[in-house]
Amino acid sequence: MTPDSALMLQKLGHTCIIETGAGVAAGFADADYAEAGVEIAKTAAALWKAADVVAKVRAPEEVEVKRLRDGQTLISLINPGANAELLEAAAKKGSTVVAMDMVPRISRAQKMDVLSSMANIAGYRAVIEAGNNFGRFFTGQITAAGKVPPAKVLVVGAGVAGLAAVGTSTSLGAITYAFDVRPEVAEQIESMGAEFVYLDFEEEQQDGSASGGYASVSSPEFREAQLAKFRELAPEMDIVITTALIPNREAPELWTEDMVAAMKSGSVIVDLAAERGGNCKLTVKDEKIVTDNGVTIVGYTDFPSRMATQASTLFATNIRHMLTDLTPGKDGVINHNMEDDVIRGATVTHAKEVTFPPPPPKVAAIAAAPKKQAAKELTPAEKREAEVAAFKAQTKSQVTLLVVGAVLLLAVGLVAPASFMQHFIVFVLSVFVGFQVIWGVAHSLHTPLMAVTNAISSIIILGALVQIGSGSFLVIVLAAISVFMTGINIFGGFLVTRRMLAMFQKS
Amino acid sequence: MDYGFTTAAYVVAAILFILSLGGLSGQESAKRAVWYGIAGMALAIFATLIGPGAGYWLLSLVLIAAGGIIGYQLATKVQMTQMPELVAAMHSLVGLAAVFVGFIAHFEIGNVAAALAAGTATDLGNFGLLIAKKEAVEINILQVELFLGIFIGAVTFTGSVIAYGKLAGRVNSAATKLPGGHLLNASAAGLSLICLIWYVNTGGFLPLFLMTLAALFIGYHLIMGIGGADMPVVVSMLNSYSGWAAAAIGFSLGNDLLIVVGALVGSSGAILSYIMCKAMNRSFVSVILGGFGGTSGPQMEVEGEQIAIEADGVAAALNEADSIVIIPGYGMAVAQAQQGVAELTRKLRAAGKTVRFAIHPVAGRLPGHMNVLLAEAKVPYDIVLEMDEINDDFPDTDVAIVIGSNDIVNPAAQDDPNSPIAGMPVLECWKAKQVFVSKRGQGTGYSGIENPLFFKENTRMFYGDAKASIDKLLPMID
Repeated sequence: MTPDSALMLQKLGHTCIIETGAGVAAGFADADYAEAGVEIAKTAAALWKAADVVAKVRAPEEVEVKRLRDGQTLISLINPGANAELLEAAAKKGSTVVAMDMVPRISRAQKMDVLSSMANIAGYRAVIEAGNNFGRFFTGQITAAGKVPPAKVLVVGAGVAGLAAVGTSTSLGAITYAFDVRPEVAEQIESMGAEFVYLDFEEEQQDGSASGGYASVSSPEFREAQLAKFRELAPEMDIVITTALIPNREAPELWTEDMVAAMKSGSVIVDLAAERGGNCKLTVKDEKIVTDNGVTIVGYTDFPSRMATQASTLFATNIRHMLTDLTPGKDGVINHNMEDDVIRGATVTHAKEVTFPPPPPKVAAIAAAPKKQAAKELTPAEKREAEVAAFKAQTKSQVTLLVVGAVLLLAVGLVAPASFMQHFIVFVLSVFVGFQVIWGVAHSLHTPLMAVTNAISSIIILGALVQIGSGSFLVIVLAAISVFMTGINIFGGFLVTRRMLAMFQKS
Repeated sequence: MDYGFTTAAYVVAAILFILSLGGLSGQESAKRAVWYGIAGMALAIFATLIGPGAGYWLLSLVLIAAGGIIGYQLATKVQMTQMPELVAAMHSLVGLAAVFVGFIAHFEIGNVAAALAAGTATDLGNFGLLIAKKEAVEINILQVELFLGIFIGAVTFTGSVIAYGKLAGRVNSAATKLPGGHLLNASAAGLSLICLIWYVNTGGFLPLFLMTLAALFIGYHLIMGIGGADMPVVVSMLNSYSGWAAAAIGFSLGNDLLIVVGALVGSSGAILSYIMCKAMNRSFVSVILGGFGGTSGPQMEVEGEQIAIEADGVAAALNEADSIVIIPGYGMAVAQAQQGVAELTRKLRAAGKTVRFAIHPVAGRLPGHMNVLLAEAKVPYDIVLEMDEINDDFPDTDVAIVIGSNDIVNPAAQDDPNSPIAGMPVLECWKAKQVFVSKRGQGTGYSGIENPLFFKENTRMFYGDAKASIDKLLPMID
């Protein structure tokens, strides 16, 4: 609780109590709280007795569990998966325990997602720690005293912490690369100003959203490709920040000893996964070590505590949002609505029962990426089948057309005299050729096509020419006019076509 | 010279013509293909002149040369925006020539009959000799053929004249019909049919003449009833007709080359009409009968308002964009804005941006009209794409500029099943991040349909004459 959030809580109808000296480490004095209307409890025991809702950071210790009473609500980080006895004890007492680390990852609950808040801090702090142990500038500079190359930073795992690290590192001016097993985060990485490290690896990636936005275990082949890429990058990188965690598993080893050995002296590795064994096997939990080749490996796990003020502010806001949801009437009365997805998910004991693990939330954490419709790959057999079917249909329609055409032709042939049939066959063949040829004409050349067909349809001049010499004056005049007109057409048509075609140029 | 040489020359000419049309499949091969056509025509005329039956060949040559001079003048002076008019005008000449040649054939039949009766059948021309050999049935067929030739020729003639008038702006381009509408056409066609029977039975000139008048009327009235934006279909249809007329005359003269070329031109025009109709999702009949088909319900209400923008806003967006698609329409041709558009393209391309053109099959007033205009303005043809090639790229496009087109970018064709143009393939420019529409005013397009594109959130209206707008824009692009 911060003085600011205390004011907000009071608006919800709550009265606030704080243990004396609780805010000192984060820079908030008791006087600040008193000014915000917060009652100061002399001891922790007094506070536990007075308060209906107790909010704290770490899971309760045994003494504190004993202090729990019926109807009291405890809000804190619990890690219920590993604290079954604690849950039992709390349930027996009849108190309600809300685990802030169990808040489901849905959009509505982001405001109370403590893990995100803390990961954000960890990501930021990781870069700062790295800078603290790194002997050069992050940003490249050209100074009177010479040129300074920019630092190269690789962030492995682009979760909340990873993205925060990417953002911090790019804003400090370093050339930042980031990697994640979930290819869909490439866009997020690039939006933060870093370069996504693409693997040259073809595999159907599991849609990250299926596992609630967390990474899942990858195949051995994928892992190999990934390690090979890291091995290639290792000598170039000045700072490596690893944040890869898979829920409920030991951290995967991503930064092997030989990679560390390949790094330049003075490089820094910050292993945010140190609590779960570390992404680098050389990491020592809660310590900073320097390897034989001069690479510093930071294995701290208490990054949020190293930024106590910021962590407290964010945590207090998360708690306040949780309390806002718990007091929908804004009347200071806790209404524990177990139908609410968020509250249900976070509650681990309620009404004398352990309610962990929660049922899956009704709302999917992240909308599953729409499956690409076009990617419907047909098997070769199906393709062949479709082709055969299309071919058959085509054959059928063509045969029908041919049969109808042939019958018509025969019918004409039955009645028409031979001299007509001769010409008629020429005509039919020409139409056929015309259809075959014209379909191949490019769309963009339709205007030239019209002009040129125009010119050649003036072939009718032949009719006039063969007749001009025979017969009466009237015939000669008509024929002469025709010749003249078609003459215009022939020259005009061909010339204008040439003019048009000459204009079509390639870039 | 005898028949053998002429026939051989005709075969060569026919092959050259086929190659000439086939060569139009690509821009480069097309340049060669024209020469095939010219060679074919020269060969055909030469062979006919020295062949049997032709007389007065000096007169013929002089006439051809005189026509040639006029044709040369026309071809070199014409503006590329006037191409549709020129093509239509030239169709009318072919149509008229077909009518005349048909008349001549009719007179010849009369002459031959008279000569045969008088027993002086020795002094007939080549064509006369051909007729003299024919039996009664064949003469009847001949009569039907020349009748058809004249009919189609006459329809082509007046139709093309009207199309020319509409395209050149001398005749109101709106669809107008005489009272009685299509009934008039139908009765004129019926009259022609009666004339045909009459003519075949009597062989007199009167039915032929009456039919010619009826056909001239049909051509006039049919095309008057078709509005400006359907002109691509009309012109290609007339193109087709001029071919069929030549083929029909070829039948009556017994000239195979005429038949071959007529059939080629006829099928070419038919295919073009088909492509145009398909691009408008309308049946050929509905286009020719004019107007749009009935709608099945009220059109969707268009919500929102048209937001105007000034040149500086457009310029700023263009300067920021990486990929730009320009969609030209008839408005660009009317405003003669193609040079400005090409200059804009050059500048944008010089700045390293991707600029492409999207051409709808019925954009403009002639099939391929836009391509020719852009080519004239020296826009390279490899960045000018067809609808199917570019439609999928709009979502990745930063800026789409619509210049003087309307119905071909109307999203109602896809969204509104009650729209008169529902189902017509359109350019999906609204999927681009931003759309600018250069347009003269707030009016609707040719079809009279409200265009929801103009009301979309990512659309800005850039009002004003296309040429003036582009010229204003040019200095602001860097």
